[in-house]
Amino acid sequence: MILFTKIVEKRSGDHRRDRLSQFTVPWNVGVERRNYRFPSKAIGAAIFLSVIAAVGNWITNQWLGGNPIGTLLLVVGPVLTAVGALVAAACVAGWRVLEPLLLRSAGMILLSAVVGTCVLVWLHSLLFGWVTGSLVPHADNPAISTWFGFPLTIGEITAELTWMPGWLALLIWPLQFPIVRDFVGLGALMGMFNIIPIYTIWWERKVAGRIQSRLGPMRVGKWHGWAQSFADGIKLLLKEDLIPEQADGPLFRLAPYLNVIPTALAFVALPFGASYVFRELDVGLLFILGVLGIEVVGVILAGWASNNKWSVYGAMREACQMVSYEIPMGMALVIPVVAVGSLNLVQIGEAQSGGWFNWLAFRNPFMFAAFLCYFIASLASCKRAPFDLPEAESELVAGFHTEYSGIRWSFFFFAEYVAMFVVSGLAAIMFLGAWHSPFPSAWGYSWGDGIVAQGLRGLLFSGPIWFVLKCVFFLYVQLWLRWTLPRIRIDQVLYGCVQVLLPLTMILLLGNTMWVWASESWVGGWATFTSVISVVLGSIGIVFVLGFVAIAAYGFYHRRRMVGNLVQDVAPGW
Amino acid sequence: MGSWRMSKRASKSTSDVRQGVNLTEIAQTETCGSDSNFGFAIDGNARTIAGLCFLLITVTPALAQSGSAEGTGVPVAAPGGWLEAVLFYFLGGGAILSGLGVCVSRNIVRMATWLFVALGMVAMLYFLLAATFLGAIQLIVYAGGTLVLLVFGVMLTSKSPWVRFECGALELISAGAVCGLLLGCLVAVLTAITWQGAGGAVPGASVADIGRRLFTQYLVPFEVAGVLLFVVMVGAAHLSRQQVGD
Amino acid sequence: MNDMTIGLTHYLVLSAALFCMGLFTMTTKRNAIGILIGVELVLNSAALNFVAFDRYMGPGRIDGLIGAIFVIVLAAAEAAIAVGICINLYKNLATVDVDRAASLKG
Repeated sequence: MILFTKIVEKRSGDHRRDRLSQFTVPWNVGVERRNYRFPSKAIGAAIFLSVIAAVGNWITNQWLGGNPIGTLLLVVGPVLTAVGALVAAACVAGWRVLEPLLLRSAGMILLSAVVGTCVLVWLHSLLFGWVTGSLVPHADNPAISTWFGFPLTIGEITAELTWMPGWLALLIWPLQFPIVRDFVGLGALMGMFNIIPIYTIWWERKVAGRIQSRLGPMRVGKWHGWAQSFADGIKLLLKEDLIPEQADGPLFRLAPYLNVIPTALAFVALPFGASYVFRELDVGLLFILGVLGIEVVGVILAGWASNNKWSVYGAMREACQMVSYEIPMGMALVIPVVAVGSLNLVQIGEAQSGGWFNWLAFRNPFMFAAFLCYFIASLASCKRAPFDLPEAESELVAGFHTEYSGIRWSFFFFAEYVAMFVVSGLAAIMFLGAWHSPFPSAWGYSWGDGIVAQGLRGLLFSGPIWFVLKCVFFLYVQLWLRWTLPRIRIDQVLYGCVQVLLPLTMILLLGNTMWVWASESWVGGWATFTSVISVVLGSIGIVFVLGFVAIAAYGFYHRRRMVGNLVQDVAPGW
Repeated sequence: MGSWRMSKRASKSTSDVRQGVNLTEIAQTETCGSDSNFGFAIDGNARTIAGLCFLLITVTPALAQSGSAEGTGVPVAAPGGWLEAVLFYFLGGGAILSGLGVCVSRNIVRMATWLFVALGMVAMLYFLLAATFLGAIQLIVYAGGTLVLLVFGVMLTSKSPWVRFECGALELISAGAVCGLLLGCLVAVLTAITWQGAGGAVPGASVADIGRRLFTQYLVPFEVAGVLLFVVMVGAAHLSRQQVGD
Repeated sequence: MNDMTIGLTHYLVLSAALFCMGLFTMTTKRNAIGILIGVELVLNSAALNFVAFDRYMGPGRIDGLIGAIFVIVLAAAEAAIAVGICINLYKNLATVDVDRAASLKG
């Protein structure tokens, strides 16, 4: 019967059913799965080849006297092919069983990948902690610390730790050098730096689609186009390397790197947890602000070197906007610094370990407003909507990156999305409790120090997973705002900066300083007043978060209705 | 699509390039700009790798700190060490190279770019000297502020990027001779001196110390600097105002 | 390892080189902004000098650091005014070539 339909399908010449379309058009119900017969065919082929192998074995032994070439051709060849066919059949059959399960649980897989990455980082930190714990100053040269004080050999390690096999000691031996540990940390940072734009771009396209009553990428990777960014990356790498003829060649090539490198440098000082920071700088906040300010130079050079007046206009507007909004951004960030008394991001994070109402944004109304000011200023600094005039497609072609194509263009977007993550990270650290959960850390102190206790504490009370989740939340708000609000003009942008945000942040700074001074001078009644204010502001925050969750749940529940006619029952994952 | 070979007629004199070029002409010129095009972005890939190496190199100054005092993050500069020497020679050499770039460049935007590199190298040197606060301030104010101001100035005062005016050879030679002589004298004097009380591990300044000093010992210069900045703001706004009736 | 130790002299020679290069730029550029760039190089070398002395002349000193902070602040201030002057020069003479700003020449 199926054979009959196959013949009928072949003869109907509506449109070509090429072999590729069964992968690229996954919800097209009528397409035949041509490989569905493959397992049975492969098993049949394997049986046939085994028979040939047996016959060939008999032939080789009887007639050819055990000739090795005969053995190779008549026995070994067919057997290997049969084994290969069986493995292929097992793979195809297994995939056919596995694929629906994967599609159903793809969301959970994504979430568990995020959690798994954090767990992996945690295990690495445990390993590094164990290695550094067993470092002892070297007997001959006390300036160097090596394993157990011996010379830097593996024999000593295996002699000391008899349970460790040689190959494991070989792997762990380099870790005793600080520079090797630093390079492993750098590898983690570069991984973070690469993964963030890839998935944020995919997520942005999905969010944009949903807001606009469509689906977004759906094809690459079968489940909601999760591999779309990889496909885009490969396409961009293979594009023609185009430089305008009269453009300033070296500057044109340099500009994307000047945009991208500062955002990667910001990860050097950005802490993901109390002990998950590459270098704990006591001027961490200033360092990040400084490197984010270097992006302006990259943008200007990109616009100038393109030899295109639209690019120059875009670059000038962009530079104006970024430089202007650095001032209210910096002043809004100084406000929590006044409350905590340090520029050290780890200390600022640790000062908020007392639970939801202890977070800096909820300590006084000035800081609450400062959080909102900082968020708006950081949107402008990242050139995100509604401040995305430099990329205004309807006005300037593409602004300062008009002439860029291929991998150079994608560097600008790497820079933008990583900068979004960095400023979200700063918002989380400075205002919303950094890596702490809404529950106070003190509740977990009595659990002891075992591995499981540490893991649970990291999951429930304070750990890098909370920091990543908060950053992801802010990223989502930024994506959401981009596709909701209209763009504002350059004069409105500058008006908003100089005549609204800047005086506002100055007033907030003054008010907050007065509040902190009052807290230190008057004790007693003021303390109860501040805790009441914290509870009130925290409740406002809870209302916002619950409202957000409610709206998201409503949208999720009605997702088919909201997308309209485009959702079909065979769409993967739904 | 037949315009792939017509780029030659669009190559006008360079001084007119930035004015009145319409977009179709740009579209015709840009398609034939790259000779080294094999269909693959080989250039782009090579520069990707170069850029990533540059990234790693710029991060390593942070590695030069041999640790912080008891986890507070206050930098400690340790003496000796091959890493510090390597970083100093790299950063110092980079600063001198960018200075030479500034001297030798004839295009004003390239000069500004070389200055940016020099400022970045000096900021990294500040980090190496355990003056992290100053390094961050240098990046924020100098590289991200003053340089942008200079580049804005360049853009507002240039008719074309390629027009250049230079000194005559005599002036170049005499200036080079004087500066070289000065450099020689300075280096000779500096290398002949032994500074007393130099060396040793020095804990860097914490931000609290700097703040305390700024508000106690250096309060008057601090306030004067504030007034000066206010005067500068008013003056700059006045200087660049639009004339009435313009 | 002693000959590889970076001492105070290394930093002083570096800042002397930067100073001389800034001086050369100031004297040989006709573009007013080019002269400003030379001034920035000179100021950077001075600030580097301050910080190098700070780090190498005994513990606990931060006077050089504060000196360098003031140098940076003042450099930013004078760059702002100087760029304003250059823009005015351009408005009046349609060029920033300082050799053409010779109407007071004797």
